Amino acid sequence: MTVNVLQPGLLTTIQDLGRYGSQKYGVIVSGAMDSYSLRVANLLVGNAEGEGALEITLFGTTLQFDKDSLLAITGGDLQATIDGEKAPMWRPILIRKGSILRFKSAINGCRAYVAFAGGIIVPPIMESKSTYLRAGIGGLQGRALRKGDTFECGEMSALNQSFAQQVEEMTEHATWSVNFSALINLQQVQTIRVLKGTEFTRFDQDSQQTLFSEPYTLSTQADRMGYRLEGPALSLADTFELLSESVTYGTIQIPPNGQPIILMADRQTTGGYPKIGQIISADLSSLAQLQPTSTIHFKEVSLEEAENELLKKERLLDELKMGIQLKRLQ
Amino acid sequence: MSNRNIVASMKPLGDSAIIVQLGEGISPTIHELVSNLSTLVNNHKFEGFIESVPAYNNLTIYYNPVVVHHSQKNKVAGHASLTSFQKVSAFMEVLVQQIGTNLALEKRVVTIPVLYGDEFGPDLEYVAQYHGLSAEEVIQLHSGAEYLVYMIGFAPGFPFMGGLSEQIATPRKKTPLLAIAPGSVGIAGKQTGVYPLETPGGWQIIGRTPLDLFLPAISPPTLLQAGDIIRFTPISPEEYYHYKEMKQ
Repeated sequence: MTVNVLQPGLLTTIQDLGRYGSQKYGVIVSGAMDSYSLRVANLLVGNAEGEGALEITLFGTTLQFDKDSLLAITGGDLQATIDGEKAPMWRPILIRKGSILRFKSAINGCRAYVAFAGGIIVPPIMESKSTYLRAGIGGLQGRALRKGDTFECGEMSALNQSFAQQVEEMTEHATWSVNFSALINLQQVQTIRVLKGTEFTRFDQDSQQTLFSEPYTLSTQADRMGYRLEGPALSLADTFELLSESVTYGTIQIPPNGQPIILMADRQTTGGYPKIGQIISADLSSLAQLQPTSTIHFKEVSLEEAENELLKKERLLDELKMGIQLKRLQ
Repeated sequence: MSNRNIVASMKPLGDSAIIVQLGEGISPTIHELVSNLSTLVNNHKFEGFIESVPAYNNLTIYYNPVVVHHSQKNKVAGHASLTSFQKVSAFMEVLVQQIGTNLALEKRVVTIPVLYGDEFGPDLEYVAQYHGLSAEEVIQLHSGAEYLVYMIGFAPGFPFMGGLSEQIATPRKKTPLLAIAPGSVGIAGKQTGVYPLETPGGWQIIGRTPLDLFLPAISPPTLLQAGDIIRFTPISPEEYYHYKEMKQ
């Protein structure tokens, strides 16, 4: 199937679960900002959970299809329509030849994911289809989608074809859907759970308390590289020189102006600002769904809790995987 | 060296990575420990290991805590209910004690041709004036030294190198430029480096290499790696364009 990009929207890129293994060469990880939504979207159309899919940001993307096919939309609610009709989310949808899928604007969350049965056919670079914008590699020619672009999706497997038939009998989309609320939170006021960062104790007493007691606002400088926050300034007890070392998704670093920056999917591999906190992996998808001007409350948790939360969500995904497989085999 | 007890501290970088700290500050000795540990862990991968990333005095290990949790192989004797972090810490502790049995890794020496000055090195004159030197002396000092690549970061293939002569160490610019051309060779404080991609930056740019530092289509994807020894060699504009033509 060929997908035609009628309107690219604000920022639409191909992403998978990221480009691991080359951070020692300075190659960033990238990948879906909200990895739970990407994984569920792929599972819904019978793909491997780490297949490449579209990440659509906030508004404006319009796509057209040249064949009947299966797709699934997950993540933030960007008011998707198919030929003018509301497109249901979190379930497999049968799309018709010539149909137009349009994303109006976000009413809930920030990023939607679209997975296509058979996956998106682009050459993996360093074993990943994720788009690395600054280096111009991965995804579709290393860049965001543009008006007039086309890309190919894989052939539907025999299983997917029979599944498509099953969905067709359910009047174009599955009558069931995935309950995502235990995996991601789409609220625009959120409590995000945080571990103390490696330099936490180098901050003054006030700053150590303020991080967990005062709300922070996500500024408009919020992209795939990092989220700049606005709120009470945080400061070190004594200045000291920190050498560059590894940083990761969810690292909260404090530059000299005292306003926190949360590093996101397209972060650099290393950084030299002190790290006051680290957002737990289980909350990264929810964080990725915040829009500029939304409010964040940081809550401290232990490393053990962080691991348990991650295991809990992984178990939910396992159950989901089995549930979807059963539906597909019906 | 194999007899001494190496002291390492383990700290979590979130719930999916661990930083193994092997000393403080910047020195070739600590660098050897870091690169040895990196080699060791890549030769003895535990279940759930993703990758290791060296920095000046520590090594970060990325892992999948869910895989580590479920792994039977990673069980530590006598501890049924360890967290994934504790399991990885225990594993790395054992590897740290094996550092020293395989020291003196062979170093690659990479020569980087540089066209110094003029439009490719617009800040060469500034650096010279700042130190009361001639441009020619700055070039001699910069290309006369050997540099050790401690780590790669900031951009793909960007080397953090030590070994710059104090005589040409120069503060970075007050206002960074929005775009520095790929291949630009710069000085910032006591560091010297080469920009692999067009990026914003505040370094004093003294020249440009015709070589590509980031090579996404091959493996490894960068010209330089942590542990390499670098030499810069001055070239003429003719040589520069000859290199550029050869690449096509």
